[in-house]
Amino acid sequence: MSFPILSLLIFLPILGGIALLGVSNKKDVGSVKVMALMISILELLLTLPLLFAFDKTTPAMQFVERHDWIKIFNIEYYLGVDGIAILFIPLSALITILCILVSWKSIQTKVKEFFVAMLLLEGAMIGVFCSVDFFLFYIFWEAMLIPMFLLIGVWGGPNRIYAATKFFLYTLVGSLLMLVGIITLYIKGGNTFDILALAQLDLPVGTQLILFWAFFAAFAVKVPMWPVHTWLPDAHTEAPAAGSVVLAGILIKMGAYGFLRFSMPILPEATSAMMMPMIVLSLIGIVYGGIVCLAQTDLKRLIAYSSVSHMGFITLGIFALNTQSVEGGILQMINHGVVTGALFLGIGMVYERTHTRKICDYGGLATNMPVFASFFLLFTLAAVGLPGTNGFVGELLILLGSFLTRPWVALIAASGLIIGAWYMLWLYQRIFFNPVNSKWDTIKELELREIVTLMPMVILIFWIGLFPNSLLSYMHVSVSHLLEQVTSNPDGVASGVQLAVDHALDAAIQGAHHVQHVSH
Amino acid sequence: MNMTFTMPALGPLMPEILLVCMAVFLIIVDLIYPRNRELLTQITLMASVGLIAILLNQDSATTFGGMFIVDPYSIFFKIICLGGTAITALLSRQYLDVEGIREGEYYSLMMFSVVGMMVMVSATDLIVVYLGLELMALSVYCLVGLLKSDSRSNEAAVKYFLMGGFSSAILLFGISLLYGLTGTTGLTEIANYCSETNILANPALLAGFALVLSGFCFKIGAAPFHFWTPDIYQGAPSSMSAFMSVVPKAAGFAVLGRFLITGFPELHGNWDMLIAAIALLSMAIGNIVALSQRNIKRMLAYSSIAHVGYALLGFLPGTTEGYSASMSYLFIYGFMNMGAFAIVILFCTSDNRRESLDDYKGLAKRNPIAALLMLIFMFSLAGIPPTAGFIGKFYLLKSALAAGYTYTVLIALVFSAISAYFYLRLVRYMYMEDPQDEFTATYSPGLTAALAISTLGVIGIGILPGSLLSWASKALIGL
Repeated sequence: MSFPILSLLIFLPILGGIALLGVSNKKDVGSVKVMALMISILELLLTLPLLFAFDKTTPAMQFVERHDWIKIFNIEYYLGVDGIAILFIPLSALITILCILVSWKSIQTKVKEFFVAMLLLEGAMIGVFCSVDFFLFYIFWEAMLIPMFLLIGVWGGPNRIYAATKFFLYTLVGSLLMLVGIITLYIKGGNTFDILALAQLDLPVGTQLILFWAFFAAFAVKVPMWPVHTWLPDAHTEAPAAGSVVLAGILIKMGAYGFLRFSMPILPEATSAMMMPMIVLSLIGIVYGGIVCLAQTDLKRLIAYSSVSHMGFITLGIFALNTQSVEGGILQMINHGVVTGALFLGIGMVYERTHTRKICDYGGLATNMPVFASFFLLFTLAAVGLPGTNGFVGELLILLGSFLTRPWVALIAASGLIIGAWYMLWLYQRIFFNPVNSKWDTIKELELREIVTLMPMVILIFWIGLFPNSLLSYMHVSVSHLLEQVTSNPDGVASGVQLAVDHALDAAIQGAHHVQHVSH
Repeated sequence: MNMTFTMPALGPLMPEILLVCMAVFLIIVDLIYPRNRELLTQITLMASVGLIAILLNQDSATTFGGMFIVDPYSIFFKIICLGGTAITALLSRQYLDVEGIREGEYYSLMMFSVVGMMVMVSATDLIVVYLGLELMALSVYCLVGLLKSDSRSNEAAVKYFLMGGFSSAILLFGISLLYGLTGTTGLTEIANYCSETNILANPALLAGFALVLSGFCFKIGAAPFHFWTPDIYQGAPSSMSAFMSVVPKAAGFAVLGRFLITGFPELHGNWDMLIAAIALLSMAIGNIVALSQRNIKRMLAYSSIAHVGYALLGFLPGTTEGYSASMSYLFIYGFMNMGAFAIVILFCTSDNRRESLDDYKGLAKRNPIAALLMLIFMFSLAGIPPTAGFIGKFYLLKSALAAGYTYTVLIALVFSAISAYFYLRLVRYMYMEDPQDEFTATYSPGLTAALAISTLGVIGIGILPGSLLSWASKALIGL
């Protein structure tokens, strides 16, 4: 029996959070913050051995912990990670740290409870990514709702109660349908919740399709895919900065992760059959999200709709069902977490100073906040997908993959990129360049804590942009294995053009290097 | 004809006899040490806990010619009843002080009603069922009207009495029809008679069955026999509302379960859709009407109607798994509902009962612990993991789905999602609104203990439900 590292990662923040509850709120607010930060940093450090010890040559679950839990239903406490899940664990840990840092001053009421909720949320998020038992997964998946509901509802903006309730009910309805699906799967699949065993089943296509839509209800709401995305703009807009960051960074990734982890391997025939509807929904999301962004007057709402568009790319990549697109999709999940997380962090910082989210209230911020303007420019460019940044690699892979499947799909998706560049650059112009709004003459530049908060994101943007293979190498084997389960072919739907793609990829990466050289 | 009278074995009846003695003893203690509520509480508590210990070691047996049975099934329900009584006793101390209820009979009546329930759950004969039911009901009628100066409490008592009497009459009428057709009131004998003769299709039998079912549904407060619930929960002393929402309901379920399992297993094809309709109607009325309630006790009353609907889902399949799911659910429901009522009692002071939902606004600010606990109970009632409410609901859904009641389950889920709204509303009020009055709750030891037990139950069963679930399914062996 090896060291239970995954359990430790799940329960360190949960137990830490519960322990912090005992601290008196009035006297020791400062120490609560410090302790929460320490716990989250320790958590991140603990995820590092995971990355190093991970065996990239096998698609099997690693760091497995398996114990009976509820014997009567054959439910197990079964943890493990493979190449698809592994990267999300350090990402969750990192995002939590940044959330704690960005909330350091902006959270003024119920401070202790805020940090406790953050830590509980972190534990549940990591639990979601580690669960190999469907029931256990569902417990973490639903448990996450409670702290998130409070994060939005207690510390959010003026319309926070509406947003929090909407978020909760949307997700709950989706999850309940998934629960029926899970139970049906359990009954039809030989009384087990072990997803590895469930993936071996050969269910009739009709059953698979019903289950696919049951799971879709939960995952599509979480992603969120068009047309069940409407909770996201409200939740993002009203949530405090940390809430938006964690929502964009991790929570909405779980929908896409759910497709990869459950829908695809367990319901392969349904996945293949539903490929086109899913691609179409993704495309609608990409274009619709982008166009709606152009009409937004609220800063956070704009970024929220851009998430709808970007998540469309991710689901497109996943359902294009070939190596490039799926790997691109997973990479883009991380990229989007980093970039949109960074954008929300930035917005949180500026909101702390201005207390307005209206784009028209801003203007000329670059004059007084040059450092912040540079950071934000970088994030904007990464969101647009400039070569050299991480956004480029992910989007390129997705477009390549979907081009191999259906060229017209890539064409429509690419139009989303153009709209993306349009609204992001326009946004940047309106905030930082337009005539200086005299209200912000005395606005303060970023302080050291804030720069430290943003730095990891900058590093990640370039690191992934320049060395995407360092992340992709974790996924290769698992993704091939997954695609083999779905399409009986390790390369997925479009094979035989592998070489061309590899060439294109190499060229792209070299291009990225080139850009880097030039900029030096 | 040579009639001989042999004394039936009293061994299996020992817990009930002891409890009657305790109830009488409580009256005597109240005479000797008048108004000493502390002592009465402690006696009630010790009696309940002691009896649970005795029950856990009791062997299966029958007596009174098979009319009274001790089996794992009845023991399971008796433990729910006694556990609920123990928690109620813990709750009552502070509440009775606040409301100025001085009657020592309170505890004694509670004990008598528990005796009635224990007789009910052990009865295998409809007459004995009726006997236990009336003993329980009469005691509870008095308890409901204990706030003598409060017109609502009086109204509740009279209403409960009238409607209870009416439903008992319906029950009796049904029993008489069954007796007339089968010549017996014993459940096993009825089942045997039905399988031997071709009587199952007889409309009179079905009518008798339906009337008895209606009588039981009244007792568990299932729609459309629920009309008494909201008024009575609201009017009754809060500790009694907590008691009534859990303990007599569990007993009613036990009787209903035995009636269906032992008495009419062969009619399953007839009654499953009937139960499904009652269950869904209960969920619909409970959850939808609860949305518009502004009084917390009324809201919890409607929520209890909905929960009866959930628990009935387990009766649908007529399988062991289903019954065990219902039993587990009732056990879990006891913890979460008692916990929620404990918070209601915690916020009740002599000058202000704080029963309006608006009174809960901003409570988290001054009473963080109480608010956190209420949050846990509300999420559990809504069925969100990792609380016990989720486990209970999961088991129910699973048993119904396994038996193929997919559409019933889907409709149930719709109502479950609706219910999340009003449970969340309370959380929202506590955490997300501004406080209206500067109120800080005081925790008496009894109430603290009750809250601790409920919370531990809700979280503990939520995380480690294994032993409860296997206990519930073992309790059905041999039934």
